[in-house]
Amino acid sequence: MSSIGRLAKTFRRTALQAIPTVIGIVVINFLLLQLAPGDAADVLAGESGSATMETVAALRARFGLDQPVLVQLVAYLDNLAHFSLGFSPRYNLPVAEIIGQRLPGTLSLMLTALAIAIVIGISAGVVMASFSSRWPDRVISIVAILFYSIPGFWIGLMLIVLFSVKLGWLPSGGSETIGAGLTGAGALLDKLRYMILPATSLALFYVAIYARLARAAMLEVNTRDFVRTAAAKGLSPLSITLRHVLRNALLPVTTVAGMHLGGLLGGAVVVETVYSWPGLGRLAFEAVMSRDFSILLGVLLLSSFVVIIANMMVDLLQAWLDPRIEVR
Amino acid sequence: MAKALLDVRNLTISFPDSSPVRELSFTANEGETVAIVGESGSGKSLTALSLMRLLPNAARISSGSITFAGTDLVSLPDRDMRHHRGRDIAMVFQEPMTSLNPVMTIGGQISEVLRLHSGFSARQARSRAIEMLDLARIPEPARQYDEYPHRLSGGMRQRVMIAIAAACQPKLLIADEPTTALDVTIQAQILDLLDRLRRELRLSLLLITHDLGVVGQWADRVVVMYAGRKVEEAPADELFARPLHPYTRGLLAASPRLNGDRHYREAALTEIHGSIASASRESGCPFLPRCPIGIPTCRARFPDLLTASAARHVACPVTIVEERSHGAAVGIRA
Ligand SMILES: Nc1ncnc2c1ncn2[C@@H]1O[C@H](COP(=O)(O)OP(=O)(O)OP(=O)(O)O)[C@@H](O)[C@H]1O
Ligand code: SF4
Ligand SMILES: [Mg+2]
Repeated sequence: MSSIGRLAKTFRRTALQAIPTVIGIVVINFLLLQLAPGDAADVLAGESGSATMETVAALRARFGLDQPVLVQLVAYLDNLAHFSLGFSPRYNLPVAEIIGQRLPGTLSLMLTALAIAIVIGISAGVVMASFSSRWPDRVISIVAILFYSIPGFWIGLMLIVLFSVKLGWLPSGGSETIGAGLTGAGALLDKLRYMILPATSLALFYVAIYARLARAAMLEVNTRDFVRTAAAKGLSPLSITLRHVLRNALLPVTTVAGMHLGGLLGGAVVVETVYSWPGLGRLAFEAVMSRDFSILLGVLLLSSFVVIIANMMVDLLQAWLDPRIEVR
Repeated sequence: MAKALLDVRNLTISFPDSSPVRELSFTANEGETVAIVGESGSGKSLTALSLMRLLPNAARISSGSITFAGTDLVSLPDRDMRHHRGRDIAMVFQEPMTSLNPVMTIGGQISEVLRLHSGFSARQARSRAIEMLDLARIPEPARQYDEYPHRLSGGMRQRVMIAIAAACQPKLLIADEPTTALDVTIQAQILDLLDRLRRELRLSLLLITHDLGVVGQWADRVVVMYAGRKVEEAPADELFARPLHPYTRGLLAASPRLNGDRHYREAALTEIHGSIASASRESGCPFLPRCPIGIPTCRARFPDLLTASAARHVACPVTIVEERSHGAAVGIRA
């Protein structure tokens, strides 16, 4: 089978599997959130300070919160079937619009962090494996253990202290210079400056994981017979590592990296809070505090999409990297 | 006599606590097929790997010399050695199932060596690789070029390995038990292929095996190894006609060619009692514990390699006496 056909088949299979998964996720999340004490009307009423029982009841009726749970669920699913995520009582805006504003921020943060983690992690792993048990391996191992064990928010705070407070090189929060009116390359560069610290704090934990994983995979692949064949061809150690060992060692790393996208979203909540980064993580956090379940459900649904799409990409990537993976 | 293409002298390969190959000497001339024979563990693979300078990390060449086309390979810098690998000396390994990179097309793996050594463009390398696949008798070579190794049988993979090894027309091709992992019916085809390449590409073949019977048909000269030492060397026909060393005699008696149709795996060395593990590291003939004709003096030291006739050497003083009287007898009759 041609590799394109193989990839297309993999893609179709994964997409079909995703539909029941998404429905299950929506229903379970919906029911779980009903278990939380209080609702959006309570919070709104509490914040206004002067709400009567009647106004709270009126609020509930307006948002449909007084309906039985199952009716609410069916209404929500019906909304979804019409590609609507519902309406947020708190923001007084459609949920899709609110999420749409925040999504690019989180996605760019996550993808940048993932790219940093993969590139630096795998490079570190290759260096470690090439110098295994010698000093570069030892030094990087220690650094990796540090990254692995220090919490992300603390790393974030320390990076702010160093690069923003002491050195003044990078901004400590936000996502762009407000009112600078930059366009084109200038705007991109500006965004990048704001991105570096949060993306790095989010990435370091994963850098550590990928470095150790890549190291182990490289050392394992190094012992395989085909590596000796490559040496017998007269290839240099560098070509053997890059052309023969690395590609085989990437397989386990990509599997794990795909599984981490969900975790990255979780980590984004913390990092977005530390860096006041306008993203979904912070939105979700605020939604929990204000019991704005329609937003929370929307964010959760979207996260599950992100994870499913990530898994799909990993499947495709693996099918591309490893010709032995046949369509099941 | 013309200078040998490969001249190995007193090669000793050592691990920190053992020396599995000792004082091994042999030569291979241009266009010649030399077989190295010995049972498992006798040091054949280590010898082959040392010629490529691809010994395992723990092993090193502790003494001796390997002269290839006038160059001493033992002292050659890594960079220069890489220049020879795959281009002048190539090797086919024992395990066709795992010796190819699973994520690279077979054609890509042949082109790689061509591009490295012959300076071919991608397209030239491709067409030459397809020629090599064809030469290795792989059906539909142009289509198979883009196939991945896991779609091929063991025999086909070994053909690909041979195509890779022969791609740059090396002067010396080392085949380390190229058929051991394969089906019996495939074995003759693979050996046939190697022999055809030897003739067509005019290369020397170093054929390593533990099966004398298989070798009889393809080798010009045979080196018999036991416990890391050469115990006998002879032109193939003479060795088969009159094996001298007791170990060689045991091997021959156990080989299927001369012993009905029993497969060598089952028949392996039933004629020789004991195992190679009994070879002591002490002085003395390593074969003594298993030797049917051993005498007390065999314990004294490793027997010197004695010359039986111009091209025949044997490391056994007991049989050489017998052979010399035989030779003398022949001489008298003549
Ligand atoms: N990596 C290693 N570390 C330690 N000892 C080794 C190693 N490789 C081989 N040896 C030793 O060297 C001896 C010869 O090994 P070698 O692989 O050359 O044998 P062989 O003749 O090729 O046998 P086979 O027919 O099984 O391939 C073995 O008995 C083994 O004990
Ligand atoms: S030297 Fe002695 S022990 Fe060794 S093979 Fe000859 S007869 Fe046997
Ligand atoms: Mg071997």
